[in-house]
Amino acid sequence: MSEPLLSVTNLVQHFKVSRSYTVKAVNGVSFSINAGETYGLVGESGSGKTTIGRSIIRLYDPTGGEIIFNGKSIAGALDGDTRRMLRKDMQMIFQDPMSSLNPRKKIADIIGEGLDIHQLYSDVNERNKIIGDILQKVGLSAAHAERYPQQFSGGQRQRIGIARALVMNPKLIIADECISALDVSIQAQVVNLMKDIQDETGCAYLFIAHDLSMVKYISDRIGVLHKGYLVETGTTDEIFNDPRHPYTQSLLSAVPIANPHVEKNRRLIAYDGGAANYESATLRAISDTHFVLES
Amino acid sequence: MEKNILSIKNLDITFRTNAGNIHAIRGVDINLPRGKTVALVGESGSGKSVTMKAATGLLDSNAIINGGQIFFDDGNGRVDLLMLDKKELRRRINGRQIAMVFQDPMTSLDPTMTIGDQITEGMFLHQKISSADARTKALELLNLVGIIDAEKRLENYPHQLSGGMRQRIVIAIALSCEPKILICDEPTTALDVTIQARILDLIRDIQARMGLSVIYITHDLGVVAKVADYVNVMYAGKIIERGTVDEIFYDPRHPYTWGLLSAMPDLETDDDRLYSIPGSPPNLLHEPKGDAFSARNRFAMKIDEKAAPPMFKITETHYAATWLLHPDAPKVELPKELRARLERSRKAANIS
Repeated sequence: MSEPLLSVTNLVQHFKVSRSYTVKAVNGVSFSINAGETYGLVGESGSGKTTIGRSIIRLYDPTGGEIIFNGKSIAGALDGDTRRMLRKDMQMIFQDPMSSLNPRKKIADIIGEGLDIHQLYSDVNERNKIIGDILQKVGLSAAHAERYPQQFSGGQRQRIGIARALVMNPKLIIADECISALDVSIQAQVVNLMKDIQDETGCAYLFIAHDLSMVKYISDRIGVLHKGYLVETGTTDEIFNDPRHPYTQSLLSAVPIANPHVEKNRRLIAYDGGAANYESATLRAISDTHFVLES
Repeated sequence: MEKNILSIKNLDITFRTNAGNIHAIRGVDINLPRGKTVALVGESGSGKSVTMKAATGLLDSNAIINGGQIFFDDGNGRVDLLMLDKKELRRRINGRQIAMVFQDPMTSLDPTMTIGDQITEGMFLHQKISSADARTKALELLNLVGIIDAEKRLENYPHQLSGGMRQRIVIAIALSCEPKILICDEPTTALDVTIQARILDLIRDIQARMGLSVIYITHDLGVVAKVADYVNVMYAGKIIERGTVDEIFYDPRHPYTWGLLSAMPDLETDDDRLYSIPGSPPNLLHEPKGDAFSARNRFAMKIDEKAAPPMFKITETHYAATWLLHPDAPKVELPKELRARLERSRKAANIS
């Protein structure tokens, strides 16, 4: 098998709050993403899923562990070339399209900022053309480039957020809860758009979410996080049809199903295991792709 | 026929804004039978929260009620809540008869007051009660909503509690004056799924024990399937389909309801594309011409652009506002994916 696009090994991310108190957000998480695939990361709030995304794109400096992206190590100090490669080839789509776009900038300048920094065009006409094309690709029109963010609805703004990530032609896009702020019918539009773009450009996604049903729909493989530990990872099929870890089972039992007779008779599987159980635990392989944390 | 504890008739509300008048609620009818649970489903901006705020007198000051009635009937005579002035509504109805649980437990609690003070505040306002009795009652309420260490929690401040616990406290506050109706406005949207399931179970248990009537405002059809007896689907300030929960989930008739059901990923299949409703909801700054949904409706006919459809009756309990139900309308085939999905869900539920 070829080298994965991104491989994360034993990632540790701690935040020192005071001399005596450290938040242990991520504790030894390992997974990898192949080129062109979608890896879903699920877990409840406080499980460390957002932190992992931010550590990978280096909004944080990882406390420990190794991150290899595109064949280069990006966990420690970055030299100029690696930094430029990382900033161009890895992009992020944020959760809230209302607050992640600068209200004082035109759409063209929001999308074009990365192009400007990396000097990816030879003249203004080329810049306009790139921006116009990308707007069309995400279902808006080139005429929208001269407008400001407040002139768009939530769904349209998230499309702009996707265009901003996509314009750099990245190999990996980290989508952090990018649809949870949108209405159901708009969520479906955005997720379909993300799938179309992946078919066309072959980019990989790290799809971070708490909505398991959407994660199932978009992901090839899934990792389940709990209290900063990866408790189970496998293909979408393995996670949904053969969940092994009690936490995964409890999470699946809590997802509401839109079928009244079935839903009203379902029972929640309770799980109250703590992080303490995980410290000495190891990942056990169930198949080539399916791993469960066992203590 | 069942008695309705709350019935909203032909409610019509406009908001005055700098940009112009927004006709947010355009003739809404909702019935809440006693002891039952009714869900109000729709996208943001469809008017679901505004409708319920009108019933509790919590509308913003730029709202104008153009018409309609909201009848509250607890068995001792019927009152039109819209005829009461705000002060009377607050004294007689709010908290005492109708209580509300809001979406975000982080913001609906006062960070500077202890939990105990917040639970007893309503009791002192509405009832003649001694502080010792109020405290005993607060303890009972905390036990009822499943908080252990109730004694200790009374002295805590909101920031000392987790999100799920805070939402339990908000429910305890809502129940403090033994209301007849509980309105839950997206009560679990801000919570994790495992906590959501527990809070929904809790509300159901309390409902059975206290004989409450409950209205859920939500956009999550999974939650609706779990809790509701009756469903009202709202779009652009109107109810476009209403029915029992079975009728809406197993035999939906309005294209918008079809779209909502199809847009939810289904855990049971491996479809690779989600159906999505094209476009976005209309801007109510401009009165929609004809059917407000026509621009996004792939089954739209010419008449949809000219006239808004009335509610067509399907059964005693099931109504939908779409011209497709007119006797002269052409028969339309349900979208293939949706038909398969409805068949699957009927089969899973053992309904033919």
